[in-house]
Amino acid sequence: MDYAATTPVDKEVIDEMIPYFNEIYGNASSIHSFGRDAFNAIEHAREQVANIINAGSDEVIFTSGGTESDNLAIKGVAYLNKKKRNTKGNHIITSAIEHPAVLETCKYLEKQGFNVVYLPVDEYGLINPDDLIEAISKDTFLITIMFANNEIGTIEPIEEIGNIAREHDVLFHTDAVQAVGKVPIDVNKFNIDLLSISSHKIYGPKGVGALYIREDVKLQPIVHGGGHEKGLRSSTYNTPGIVGLGKACELGKKRMKKDVIHLKNLRDTLIKNVLEIEESYLNGHPEKRLVNNAHFRFTAIEGESLNLMLDDKGIAASTGSACSSKKLQASHVLLAIGLDPVEAHGSLRLTLGRWNTPKDITYVADVLPEIVENLRKMSPLWNR
Amino acid sequence: MNETYSKKVMEHFRNPRNMGEIKDADGVGTVGNPVCGDLMAIYIKVENNRIKDIKFKTFGCAAAIATSSMITELAKGKTLEEAEKITRDDVANELEGLPPIKMHCSNLAADALREAIKDYKKKNKK
Repeated sequence: MDYAATTPVDKEVIDEMIPYFNEIYGNASSIHSFGRDAFNAIEHAREQVANIINAGSDEVIFTSGGTESDNLAIKGVAYLNKKKRNTKGNHIITSAIEHPAVLETCKYLEKQGFNVVYLPVDEYGLINPDDLIEAISKDTFLITIMFANNEIGTIEPIEEIGNIAREHDVLFHTDAVQAVGKVPIDVNKFNIDLLSISSHKIYGPKGVGALYIREDVKLQPIVHGGGHEKGLRSSTYNTPGIVGLGKACELGKKRMKKDVIHLKNLRDTLIKNVLEIEESYLNGHPEKRLVNNAHFRFTAIEGESLNLMLDDKGIAASTGSACSSKKLQASHVLLAIGLDPVEAHGSLRLTLGRWNTPKDITYVADVLPEIVENLRKMSPLWNR
Repeated sequence: MNETYSKKVMEHFRNPRNMGEIKDADGVGTVGNPVCGDLMAIYIKVENNRIKDIKFKTFGCAAAIATSSMITELAKGKTLEEAEKITRDDVANELEGLPPIKMHCSNLAADALREAIKDYKKKNKK
């Protein structure tokens, strides 16, 4: 139950990709027919990706994944803005709960002299649009706020944020990596200027993603070379990967309604069952949350040990505990919603996917309480 | 967490030895900091200068649980002087190694035991 970390590639996607490894393997930029066939497949994929967010296909470029898309969107706009000294200032607004691909990029830009504001979130992880309005100044040239949070699943008020950005003539980028395929996204309706997509979160292959760039938005590239993707992202096209991403988006759009019903039922049952455990709490907003995300905390136990015990029972999950991170720091998202470090350590993220069944939910509901009880028996913080 | 734990660590994590509390302990040592994600408590019963019984309680990751379990195993039956000499490397070695970022857990375990012995000595004004 760790679909937010990654998803298996859908069989239909794999089937779609296979010819592009050693049959239609030409370099898509070559002028001969081998190349042209690959080129056509890429353009078809471009359309499929554009469709899932209601964009024009000429507004989609391909990257190596969500992280690169985030980097290109933010750095690309920032560097160009720096060059054009007479337009806006050097102010970027983001949120405290972004994925490291956004946060680290912002921190890097701060070192380059940009001014970044990290908007706080409430106890559910929601941005307050009034805070955003207050933070915008004449120097603000970019707002980057994620569509839905990867840890606690909270869905941000994107349409409102987009409207605010548009009213103040500020570019709006959103990291939609976790939201694509789970929430209907319309970049025009929501006034989104830039949007990041990751293939491996929507049953596509790893190593490929896309960036939506509204047609009048200009960026500087961060990868220079042969001039691919209108000069914005040079690199020989990863044809099989791109074809896979395209197919995954097509399937995602087709199946979204069904997926959402399926996932919501499972998720709600899971949440109801788990919250029966003594001193267990749901993190994130109860309603404005991704259909597949169930994020909990349990008093007096630690997340890594909880996850390993679940793993022993064949259940894959993740946690925001410090012990489980490379930096030995509790999740910045959990701290941002007001949890103290001890509470953050006892966290568990369960994220569902297309192939989870009610049986899986029943199994977890059976297994988890005993594990929590065992860890509590062992814990000096539990006094029952 | 991409560092893999040794088989021995996983063994102690899955089947911890001497887990629990001693209500009338002769010495108790509590170290660590739940803010960092680790808290260990070691309880000892002492007879004739030997650790007759020892138990632990731990809030923490697999390494924390395994190191607590291991140190109780190493210390049980030893004299106080022998127990005091148990180092974090002893614990880590018996566990067939710990990932570098988890070495501090073995430190905690050794400290918790020493604190328990210190507590016993204080209570008994030796």
